[in-house]
Amino acid sequence: MRFRKLATIALTGAVIAPLLAACGSSGDSKNEIKIAYQRSTDNNSRIMDNFLAGVKKQFEKANPGKTVKLIPIQATENDYYTKLDLMMKSPRTAPDLAYEDTFLINSDIKAGFLRPIDAQVKSWDQWSQFQDAAKESVTGQDGKVYGVPDGTDTRGIWYDKQVFAKAGLPANWEPKSWNDLLSAARQIKKKVPGVTPMNLYTGKAGGEASSMQGFEMLLYGTADQLYNPQEKKWVVGSKGFQDSMNFLKTVYSTGLGPKPSQALDANISTNVNTDWFPNAKIGFSIDGSWTANNWISTGPKPWKDWTTNIGWTAMPTQNGQAPGKTSMSGGWSWAITKNAKNPTLAWKFVTAMQTEKNAVTYDNAAQNIAVRKDVAADPKYQNSSPTVKFFTDLVAVTHYRPAYAEYPKVSTAIQEQMEAVTTGTSSPAKASADYDKSVADIVGNNTTKDSGPAK
Amino acid sequence: MRGRTILRGLPLLPAVVLLLVFLAGPIIYCIYYAFTDMQLTGATTTNFVGLANFRKAFGDDQFYNAILQTLIFTVLSAIVGQNILGLVIALLFRLATKVLRSIVGALVIAAWVVPEIVAGYLMYAFFRDEGSLNEILKFLHLPQQNWLYTLPILAVSLANVWRGTAFSMLVYSAALAEVPAELTEAAAMDGAGVWQRFWHVTVPTIRRSVATNLMLITLQTLSVFGLIFAMTKGGPSNKSTTLPIYTYQTALQNYEIGYGTAMALVLLVIGALFSLVYLRALRPEAD
Repeated sequence: MRFRKLATIALTGAVIAPLLAACGSSGDSKNEIKIAYQRSTDNNSRIMDNFLAGVKKQFEKANPGKTVKLIPIQATENDYYTKLDLMMKSPRTAPDLAYEDTFLINSDIKAGFLRPIDAQVKSWDQWSQFQDAAKESVTGQDGKVYGVPDGTDTRGIWYDKQVFAKAGLPANWEPKSWNDLLSAARQIKKKVPGVTPMNLYTGKAGGEASSMQGFEMLLYGTADQLYNPQEKKWVVGSKGFQDSMNFLKTVYSTGLGPKPSQALDANISTNVNTDWFPNAKIGFSIDGSWTANNWISTGPKPWKDWTTNIGWTAMPTQNGQAPGKTSMSGGWSWAITKNAKNPTLAWKFVTAMQTEKNAVTYDNAAQNIAVRKDVAADPKYQNSSPTVKFFTDLVAVTHYRPAYAEYPKVSTAIQEQMEAVTTGTSSPAKASADYDKSVADIVGNNTTKDSGPAK
Repeated sequence: MRGRTILRGLPLLPAVVLLLVFLAGPIIYCIYYAFTDMQLTGATTTNFVGLANFRKAFGDDQFYNAILQTLIFTVLSAIVGQNILGLVIALLFRLATKVLRSIVGALVIAAWVVPEIVAGYLMYAFFRDEGSLNEILKFLHLPQQNWLYTLPILAVSLANVWRGTAFSMLVYSAALAEVPAELTEAAAMDGAGVWQRFWHVTVPTIRRSVATNLMLITLQTLSVFGLIFAMTKGGPSNKSTTLPIYTYQTALQNYEIGYGTAMALVLLVIGALFSLVYLRALRPEAD
């Protein structure tokens, strides 16, 4: 009997042990670092892949015996965040180094996914090259530094000069207020039939682009913002919010934007940039500094004439009030995870990646806006594209999103209300009220009626 | 004696362990998460919150909307669409020539073997504004419609009918082959018409298959995700947001894993309710 019992236990063990072992990590080595980053869903776009492959080669050559394992996550932006968080949640799958969108950095710090690198940056001779705003974007609410930023972006308006000429609008367009945008769109609608006058991202299908390129480009040009940093509270019931919704309603209910069915198609951004613009089917679009990436020779829709056909200009504030223009910025950074097996080696890789030379290479390839002073001053960077100086200068008037754990949910709430207004199922007043209710649900009692002072 | 039985059961052990680890484990975890405030990011600790997630769900308009869309989708595409169409095709098959049978059969099954996500993109291309369906309607001088925008739930339901009918067709073909020919012949001799023969002879005979089929396709349809996600992402304005889509949005886009799993649990209950109804309504001895 005893033997049988023992045999049973032994056998059970024999069955379970390999199963458990299979769940565990295998092939871990003190000499390997794993790097997780986003790979574009567009198979023609391999900017980060190529850049990292180059640095990996340099690094492995300079550090014999060490290997770098690249883990590309091919996904859309939102799905990338999800996948990365799932990976970082478990010590078995956590990469050593993760490419983090700075707007999620506080959420991930709060969740305990990242480790502070204050000691490392302090003794790093390159850290003084980074602009203060960029350093701020990787600093947690606890005042510690959690990442090394590798670039930022700004947003503005892209317009088609041919369409503008047909509509009798200037080739050097400089709108001064929201009204200027609307009147330009109306003129295009009247004089150039068959062309969509303007594009303003909206609704849940557009995801974060709707919140950032769409709504926040409007809101941050009013006297109001999403968050009041002095009181550390989210703003509800603001006039700016309702005004922005009103603007959206005007665009979509009077036919100045894409048809709601086009605007709410999940492929709207691809359609605008690789079809409508190259075929002169749109007047102007509020979009990011990287938009021209679509048209360069290595982009998804190479288009030689874009530099002559397309113009770019700044987004005006609501009534032209100071500073006259506005922009939104995001940005990405390299962060060492809490569960990293080789944090020291990971840091070494960051420093290898963030030399001035490599930073110029990457910012040029990705059409990123530089966050390093030496890169911004580098003629190679300044001449890399006709738009780079313009969008780098917008950094002076730009805003960052409130990078708190609640932001992703607040952003979804904005997209839902945008969609309701776009389809006409809700009025701007009701959408604002519904947003206020959603925000109160999301952040608890952490709301205020007073907007923070505009920067 | 007892020892011997244990030893005899031993070869089953690996299977049991596998089931426990990979099936029961995740389900139990899921049930546990549904009662916690677990998040994907933004919080380190996970607390037990009792029924809070369910209370939140039942106070959430979007959750009710998701249940409604799920029911519409299931009734339209599975219970009515796949079920009846599958039966009709199976019946017609018995009259058709062998060649016709293989051609139609191949076409229907082709839709079934295509991976769900591929089917989703195919149907997106078919129903979209400038898609094939509208091109056909234009050619026929019929009014066009932006299906994915005006009637998204109908579009995804039709897509699901297209994709899933093969399964019902196969089940019914097998069942109809089992109906004894003498029975229908006898009924015909007694003067029963086609409809009467079908209703009073065929249906009672294949009743068990009907129940099995309904149960399987309902459970399958309740959890359809890829098809709807590829076609509409649940939009516009949540008009095609079924429970699986809403669960995904909540758990993986808003990072509220606890709340999301609570919804998944509700979906499980809905599936169980459907199964109960079928089992009761179509009990063989219920006549």
